[in-house]
Amino acid sequence: MEQTTSLVQIKGIRDGLLATFLDAPWEDQCAALLAQVDERPAFFQGARLAIDVGSQALKVNDLVDLRDRLSERSITLWAIVSESQVTEHTSQLLGLATRISKPRPQEQVHHEVVSSDTALFVAKTLRSGTRVEYPGNVVVMGDVNPGAEIIAEGNVIVWGRVRGTIHAGSKGDRAAFICALDLSAIQLRIAGETSAMLKPQKDPKPEIATINSEGRLQAELWHPG
Amino acid sequence: MTAQVITVTSGKGGVGKTTAVANLATALAADGRKVVCMDGDIGLRNLDVIMGLENRIVYDIVDVIEGRCKLKQAMIRDKHYPDLYLIPAAQTRDKNAVSPSDMMRICNDLKPDTDFIIIDSPAGIERGFRNAIAAADRVLVVTNPEVSAVRDADRVVGILEAEEKGSPSLILNRLNPALVKNNDMLSPEDVLDLLGIQLIGIVPEDESVIIGSNRGAPVVTDAKSRAGQAFRNIARRIQGHNVPFMDLEQQGGLWGAIQKLTGRK
Repeated sequence: MEQTTSLVQIKGIRDGLLATFLDAPWEDQCAALLAQVDERPAFFQGARLAIDVGSQALKVNDLVDLRDRLSERSITLWAIVSESQVTEHTSQLLGLATRISKPRPQEQVHHEVVSSDTALFVAKTLRSGTRVEYPGNVVVMGDVNPGAEIIAEGNVIVWGRVRGTIHAGSKGDRAAFICALDLSAIQLRIAGETSAMLKPQKDPKPEIATINSEGRLQAELWHPG
Repeated sequence: MTAQVITVTSGKGGVGKTTAVANLATALAADGRKVVCMDGDIGLRNLDVIMGLENRIVYDIVDVIEGRCKLKQAMIRDKHYPDLYLIPAAQTRDKNAVSPSDMMRICNDLKPDTDFIIIDSPAGIERGFRNAIAAADRVLVVTNPEVSAVRDADRVVGILEAEEKGSPSLILNRLNPALVKNNDMLSPEDVLDLLGIQLIGIVPEDESVIIGSNRGAPVVTDAKSRAGQAFRNIARRIQGHNVPFMDLEQQGGLWGAIQKLTGRK
């Protein structure tokens, strides 16, 4: 028993409980966590639990399964903290938080350096409640619906309609741009500049938003060449 | 037979989930199907009221889960259709009294001698919603043609896709063609454009829905009601029939339908 439970460290944080998974296969970690819960059901009853899963890349099924098993024990899984982009993305799809109020000590050190030549490719429509954060460029093949957010340190390109919120150059890159086939976003931001809501157009054309020479965020029609 | 489990959900409250469940269940029963509907809104039950069965409740779903009664004892037979049953929610408990696996177990017990199990989901995307979708083979998302309802529906569709429940079908409820015509209401095209899921029916705004709900007689039993007709059509589509959309519902024929309506007046 001691062997399995030592795979998981649990401590109290401001927002509830934080379980930190140490290096081991996912199934073993889940089993260890549930074993700890079952040992002290009264302590865990009604708890809000965040889990730091380290660098593991987790799929939807993994997290749904764990969440349901926790839910049966009256524990709400509300956040997954991870270094893996895949896991962060999965968590966002499930509507789980990926940031907790207590910052991870190693977060800054671990910061991924992404080349300006590469981009995160999202091959689907981002629906309300989805948040994509990436330390580089983001390309979306689909729409960005109202209530969805993209926060990129680089540029954002959307092959579809933008009706949500987009922040390009989120770490202050004023040369960043946002372009889309239809740019009727609720709010666009580039570096520190913010644009108000762009009116939906009857006959949308591809547009590109940049910071112009006067230092204001401006969207204009895209002209090839 | 093995039942198909259909969950009706929406994200936002007040868009007509419970009304849709009562009407679809009644319409399916009227077509000769054996139907059980379950109220998933523990603590805020009202499916029993809309179906006019409130005064018959003895046991509820939490009694079944906690072993105080047999499943059969909590199934209330409808007043008019002998093959339509309601399993009511508990009014004095909260969502935590039920877990996703409880819902799976109850549905599995019902499946062998039922055609359709229809689950009424509570509003929101929390515990009650998770319970309601746990056993679903198919999900119907109800929305109204208004911006906030559509945004919540979009969120729900995203969660359903992430949970690999398959793409849900859409019921667009309370469409007012006159308002759409004046550009004062989102059109069916606007809503479908955003949500990108399959449409299974459009229900026009109709005061007979409210009258029926207050009387405990779902509007599908009113042969003259257009909303009733729309729900009957959806029930047929659920059974796999290819029913053409009502005049009002056709994208191209929408304006013609309105002109016909106003011409009559």
